[in-house]
Amino acid sequence: MKNERALLVLRYIALTVLAALCIGPILVMILTSLKTQAQTFTTGLSFFFAPTLENYRDVIFDSSFGRYLVNSLIVGIISTLLTLLFGCMAAYGLARFSFAGRRTIAYTTLMLRTVPLAVIAVPVFMIWGDWRLTNSLGGLILLYVAVNLPFTIWLLYGFVLQVPVELEEAASIDGCRPWKIFLRIVLPLIRPGLAAAAIFTFRIAWNEFILALVLTDRSTRTLPVAASLFVTDIGVEWGKLMALASLIALPPLAFTFLAARQVISGLTAGAVKG
Amino acid sequence: MTDAGGAAMTINSRSNSRTAWFFILPAVIIMLAACLYPVISAARLGFYDWSMGTPWSQAKWTGWTSFEIVFTDPAVWRSLWTTLKFAAVSVSAEMFLGIALALALEGNIRGMAFFRTLFILPMMVAPIAVGLTWRYLFDAQFGLINALLAVFDVAAKGWLADETLAFAAIIIADIWQWTPFVFIMVIAGLSSVDSTVLEAARIDGARWWTVTRRVKLPMIAHVLAITLVMRLIDAFRVLEVIYVLTFGGPGDSTEVLSMYIYKTAFIGQRLGSASAISVLLLAVVMFLTWLALRMSNPLDDENGQ
Repeated sequence: MKNERALLVLRYIALTVLAALCIGPILVMILTSLKTQAQTFTTGLSFFFAPTLENYRDVIFDSSFGRYLVNSLIVGIISTLLTLLFGCMAAYGLARFSFAGRRTIAYTTLMLRTVPLAVIAVPVFMIWGDWRLTNSLGGLILLYVAVNLPFTIWLLYGFVLQVPVELEEAASIDGCRPWKIFLRIVLPLIRPGLAAAAIFTFRIAWNEFILALVLTDRSTRTLPVAASLFVTDIGVEWGKLMALASLIALPPLAFTFLAARQVISGLTAGAVKG
Repeated sequence: MTDAGGAAMTINSRSNSRTAWFFILPAVIIMLAACLYPVISAARLGFYDWSMGTPWSQAKWTGWTSFEIVFTDPAVWRSLWTTLKFAAVSVSAEMFLGIALALALEGNIRGMAFFRTLFILPMMVAPIAVGLTWRYLFDAQFGLINALLAVFDVAAKGWLADETLAFAAIIIADIWQWTPFVFIMVIAGLSSVDSTVLEAARIDGARWWTVTRRVKLPMIAHVLAITLVMRLIDAFRVLEVIYVLTFGGPGDSTEVLSMYIYKTAFIGQRLGSASAISVLLLAVVMFLTWLALRMSNPLDDENGQ
């Protein structure tokens, strides 16, 4: 009995150390963002200092920050909404209907899920030029919807399969059209899946910067692109850089705390049946 | 996916393909236009000589030339080797640490949900923020890593200026970000293992390590395999954190394939070569994806298991 208690204490200590290692760098980022320029150049080990919001003020009141933030919000939110809409429709169509080409579409979708973004960047730069989509938010949104759809469809497909078919059949006998069955019965039941898909899509659309770097200009830039360009502009002004990094990191971190279970279900989907 | 049999039944009983297309068409059009078409174009571009900013009609057909150039270019092979090294070292470290920690910490521990939430945070942070933070941590003069080393009397190192240390740096950052993924997958796998089997083994007097090696690990072999392949796919695609942390340098010591493609296309302006390398990277990743699908195919569920 005593042994088991000691083991439990040991486990808690181990978990705490691990959690500290995970949060450590994030904490350094936030703490550094609260330091003055001089303090960031002293030693890395200082945790006690008078915090200042100077860096945040400098970053936020920079003439272009507002524009980049609005761009990021537009791209993040609209990409997420469109991906969810088309994704859950496609997942339902693939899970509940049989038609010619179904397997081909399903397999192509699964294969597209892992396409490296660097591979897409080059041709997209060319194609978007042809279609006059370069330097527009719409072009970026289209691309983010396309690269996020495979994962979303694949994730929601599993959730749709878990909806009891009897419910849909009963509604169908009552004369409900497929569209109504989808909206009234299926959608409410796959809500946890939709939440997970929303977080993962938003995470990509909000965080991504290589494709955005290639496809945007001064007026359509998103926050991560601005941050990546800042590195050369402000050089080693770590306080400001970390303030910007913290602001970018904040929304996905907040979503994780709000819906940790959904995030984990999205991470483990497919490999672990549950 | 408990209702597999039922799903198969509906698929046969309803075959209204017009309704089906109504549901899937928007997604299919978008994926075709903005994902599959670019991927195919990447392969096609490898056969042309074309510079950015000129009309596509002026592109010259060059056949296999780009591929010949690429596959005889030592820089490409170096980049492939760097990618392989990165994937091998980081993924094996993540698998080893993730599995060991999961085995040591699994079980009904109060507050585990809270700890898991903290563990997934590194994966959710924007790569730009991860890259910048580690750049600050690895800074030669005022970085926390050197400050910690100083506590143990280790001299300060120029992490990002040294070829070997920079390679270590991108691996450390990757291990920090992705070991929690392995941990969470293994914990989830272990929690679905039938506990009566473990009880039986314990009653037979088997020791912890024997139970783990003979019973637990084989029972989650499938989860381990799929986790491994998923990590490998991501390791081969890696780009953003490295872009910020080292930009492939110093020299070409951290120039993984994605980084090399980006530089060849957007700095060197050699689109043909970039596309030819893209085909190489795509082939590796698609092979791994095919492997992953063979192990865990969501489409198989409908046939019942």
